[in-house]
Amino acid sequence: MGKTLFEKIWDAHIVVEKENSPSLIYIDRHLVHEVTSPQAFDGLRMNNRSVRRPDLTIATMDHNVPTNNRTLPILDQTSAVQIQTLEKNCNDFGIQLFDINSPNQGIVHVIGPQLGITLPGSTIVCGDSHTSTHGAFGALAFGIGTSEVEHVLASQTLWLEKPKPFEINVMGKRKNPHAVTAKDIILSIIKNIGTSGGNGTVIEYRGEGICDLSMEQRMTICNMSIEAGARAGIIAPDEKTFDYLRGRKYTPKNYESLVDYWRDNLKTDSDAKFEKNYTLHIDHIAPQVSWGTNPGMTCDVTESIPFPEDFSKGDQNQKKGAEKALEYMALKPGTPITEIKIDRVFIGSCTNARLEDLIEASKVVKGRKLSPHVRAMVVPGSQMVKKQAEELGLDKIFTDANFEWRESGCSMCLGMNPDILSPGERCASTSNRNFEGRQGTGGRTHLVSPVMAAAAAIEGHFVDVREMDLN
Amino acid sequence: MESFKKIKTIITPLDKVNVDTDQIVPKQFLKLVQKSGFGKFLFYNWRYDDQEHLKSDFILNDTKYKNSKILVVGDNFGCGSSREHAVWALQDYGFSVIIAPSFADIFYSNCFKNGILPIMLDDKTVERLQQETGEIEVDLENQIITTISEKISFDIDSHKKKILLEGLDDISQTLLYEKEISEFEKHSKIPSVL
Repeated sequence: MGKTLFEKIWDAHIVVEKENSPSLIYIDRHLVHEVTSPQAFDGLRMNNRSVRRPDLTIATMDHNVPTNNRTLPILDQTSAVQIQTLEKNCNDFGIQLFDINSPNQGIVHVIGPQLGITLPGSTIVCGDSHTSTHGAFGALAFGIGTSEVEHVLASQTLWLEKPKPFEINVMGKRKNPHAVTAKDIILSIIKNIGTSGGNGTVIEYRGEGICDLSMEQRMTICNMSIEAGARAGIIAPDEKTFDYLRGRKYTPKNYESLVDYWRDNLKTDSDAKFEKNYTLHIDHIAPQVSWGTNPGMTCDVTESIPFPEDFSKGDQNQKKGAEKALEYMALKPGTPITEIKIDRVFIGSCTNARLEDLIEASKVVKGRKLSPHVRAMVVPGSQMVKKQAEELGLDKIFTDANFEWRESGCSMCLGMNPDILSPGERCASTSNRNFEGRQGTGGRTHLVSPVMAAAAAIEGHFVDVREMDLN
Repeated sequence: MESFKKIKTIITPLDKVNVDTDQIVPKQFLKLVQKSGFGKFLFYNWRYDDQEHLKSDFILNDTKYKNSKILVVGDNFGCGSSREHAVWALQDYGFSVIIAPSFADIFYSNCFKNGILPIMLDDKTVERLQQETGEIEVDLENQIITTISEKISFDIDSHKKKILLEGLDDISQTLLYEKEISEFEKHSKIPSVL
């Protein structure tokens, strides 16, 4: 019987295999950031261990860096300590670090592909659940905890139980691809399969609807695999993938011979078997807006806030969850989504802060002004994205419309830096999680695409971006 | 890591599904660079009000559950972020066993690195256990939970069971495979980054 793409990569990375036991899997790329690594480096020190392969390890600081003026000292002392700790750890253990002043600094999942560190057919880990992003390049990429970070630093391997392959077919063509985006595809998938629908699996996204997407859009899809509970998401590499990585800073010297190998080998065999399947037809999908406190609580922009009993379909726990969510979000069932007013807009995060996201959002903003009662922030995913956007004049479009134009980092996706919501504030956010308090204690998050966030910023409430003139 | 002993206490029922790691330990506490002392931040926004006083309506604040080491929760516990701080908080607070219908993958594997036993049982059994007011015993060696009225067996991967029972250090076990790792590296197709 044939193998799935994920199984091929898995098999090619087995160092030790035993029956009825986890396998020892080799890790090709280890990305490190300031929040989930300090305790791992401490563990190495306590046991007199070194980093086995500093040449396969790359670090940056993204989670709690300020996004305002970088020439100022970091005011939050605990953040400053964590950032200094990463500098010291990278220095002590010989790891390449893109620090706060580096032109290569950025969200770890944005810089990996941009620098050509992410490669098809490789295994990539990072102490961050959104490592699944790199699966867009046909890599097996997943988030790990700090103990596993230490394990990889020491041994360049991990003991892993093999996840199950899950096929998600995305069929058809979007009518208006500027208004209905990759974010709307992945939110539709999560809405349908649920936030634990992918537990224990690696999702392979396939079909016309995926092939049509650019690399940056594919990253948005794979990024949110974890929001469906999956360990990883993966998309078979094609010429778009190979073109994207060609000629980048760390693209390997023997790249073309690797491409020849990948082209022949990195695809699911026609007779391979998936454990689970799901198909989404995208011909008629609408822009999505989350209304609750997990990404599965999402509906079309044309719909109204659901009644908990309709949402739960008879499941008492889901009903209770929806009631609690609506209470937290201060929303009443039956309210049209387009009547929900917002206070804040966040365009950023490893889900949606790449150049293409900013270009698309700028088309909505161009020549218009931010609604007077809304505060909006654009946080590019990396310094490189910021520079490219500025070369295109996007910063000017946003600032002319009264948006704030910031330095790169994770920012208000998780609010570890000063970019947070105040209690009760409602935010249209291009990030990945609408959990209680995620963007600030008492803050209310609605997940949307960059164009939907931009449109909400202009109008002051959610609107169907399909109805706007996107010059 | 200490080896896992039999646990016998009352359970703490937390009647919620999809509890994410942002709820287990909010982000403002992830800035610490050590592993200890996270217990006081556990379920922070549910346990404390704006003035940092304990909320009387949250179950963990009921002194009756003070010595409980067994948390019984709803489906998909630990979803979201990979932060191991969530497990450090549960462990430091005093929990050794978490029982749920299902767990998020990364959280589940983080538990074993910190001496916490996560047990998956079907919905009905979890619901029954949440009503249990007497002490229950969790015996990992024999994979049996004993309540006043019943014995419930549970499944666990034999490798993970061994790690908990023997309190093994994962990394030193792995480094015994140095020869195999080096051999793999000789044939790896993926070149160094630098």
